[in-house]
Amino acid sequence: MLIRRSPDLTYADITPKSVYLNRRKFLQGMGIAGTAAIAGTRLIDLISPSHSVHASTKLSTVKGPFNTDEKITPFNDVTHYNNFYEFGSDKSDPAKNAQNFQTSPWSVSVEGEVAKPRTLTMDEILKLAPLEERIYRHRCVEAWSIVVPWIGFSLNTLIKLVEPTPKASYVAFQSFYDLKQMPQSRGTGLDYPYVEGLRLDEAMNPLTLLCVGMYGETLPNQDGAPVRMVIPWKYGFKSIKSIVKIKFVKGEPPTTWSRMAPSEYGFYSNVNPTVDHPRWSQAKERRLGEIFRRNTLMFNGYDDQVASMYAGMNLKKNY
Amino acid sequence: MHRLLSNKWTKVAVFIICLLPLAVLTNRALHGRLGANPVEFVQHATGLWTLRFLIFTLAITPLRKLLKLPELIRFRRMLGLFAFFYVCLHFLTYIGPDQSFDLAAMWKDVQKRRYITVGFLGFILLIPLAITSTAGWIRRLGGKRWQMLHRSIYVAAICGVIHYYWLVKSDVREPLFYGALVSILLLWRLGDRYVKRGRPAPAKTDPKPEMSRASADAS
Repeated sequence: MLIRRSPDLTYADITPKSVYLNRRKFLQGMGIAGTAAIAGTRLIDLISPSHSVHASTKLSTVKGPFNTDEKITPFNDVTHYNNFYEFGSDKSDPAKNAQNFQTSPWSVSVEGEVAKPRTLTMDEILKLAPLEERIYRHRCVEAWSIVVPWIGFSLNTLIKLVEPTPKASYVAFQSFYDLKQMPQSRGTGLDYPYVEGLRLDEAMNPLTLLCVGMYGETLPNQDGAPVRMVIPWKYGFKSIKSIVKIKFVKGEPPTTWSRMAPSEYGFYSNVNPTVDHPRWSQAKERRLGEIFRRNTLMFNGYDDQVASMYAGMNLKKNY
Repeated sequence: MHRLLSNKWTKVAVFIICLLPLAVLTNRALHGRLGANPVEFVQHATGLWTLRFLIFTLAITPLRKLLKLPELIRFRRMLGLFAFFYVCLHFLTYIGPDQSFDLAAMWKDVQKRRYITVGFLGFILLIPLAITSTAGWIRRLGGKRWQMLHRSIYVAAICGVIHYYWLVKSDVREPLFYGALVSILLLWRLGDRYVKRGRPAPAKTDPKPEMSRASADAS
């Protein structure tokens, strides 16, 4: 309980860092405007946010379970090298194009086969449970990996709250999508809005994180602000970003990458060094910051927590 | 324009310009500006510049004919050799950081991954072209045979485009762009041939020295 933020402050009240930095920059800009004009500096540079500024706010957390003690990937790498196809298909695109992404106000609709469907605002989500810091390995299907101190809590906290009915066997997630805010999504080869899914037992697994921040702060826009999933034993694209809908369903829900190329991306997409992507090997990965490739671990090293869920399943078939 | 293209210093200038991509990469490396995944950055950059230099090389003949600038031929060998230079760097990033210099593992990878297979094939095809790029080799092989051999640059360029196309996950716009450029350059050659066959007369009225025609056709 002690880790909660003061309740009188709401998510929308917090001034994003980019805004106050801009204000400061603007004031500085006013002061040196004359000089700048003479020197030929573009004033726009002083009042528009630079690439390294994010709309972030400090979050207080407790130490969570399942932490790896591996070296944490630098914040700047995690925020400037990632996939978020809504903002472009190059890994440097999200940092550039998500700057003005509107993430407040925000709410998530939790619906479907549940006794108590509800729509949660970001404030409500932040108060559902103590925020934990969890340092997870994160393995992309493209064979690179990072170590990230995420902030959030187990998704099962939320699931228990809405009380799934016996019919609920799967959980379907949907990302926010607005072509006006995401014009770079055009031509990236995917259908939007981005959708993902988990089996209910996977969603209930304590490792499965409903994530609201990283590196001690709220999520930067390009990393899936304001709320995303982190499922560390699956390839990165399963960890859907900027969630607006969580729906409990009877059958296996469609998932974006699988819909695009079913032979290359399956519903499960568990990290598995013995099952290659049809076009490239998954046996090794490059940890950002390293030159040579290291071996990829079964279930990304989380087999103790998750292997039992797949006992008896053919993982070559259910890739 | 003709005088500029014939000037020996122009060749030096073009040589230096061709080194710019390497200079930019080196400068970025020295200042830690290769991004979060430097190996991948260098790999993509050298791969792209290989493809671009192949396209520049293939563009010489259409341009010199369309613009009536025969002097452009002076730059073709250099551009082709730069394509080979960048593909060598590209290959080094693969065999080194990706395969840890394990030749057996590399060979398995080449056989198993079709995008690697086709990329490797393109690389192999360029080796004899680089070796036989000298005037001595043109003489030794004879114009006709040399020209036949050097037509494998068409296949190498197609390999490069397919290699790129098979590598991307879902956004195929860039590979298709390069594919379109290569297609235009190769289709122009087909068209040019067709036109030449249909009109044998100009060849008689405008005879060219054997050597220059051989090198022109081998574009």
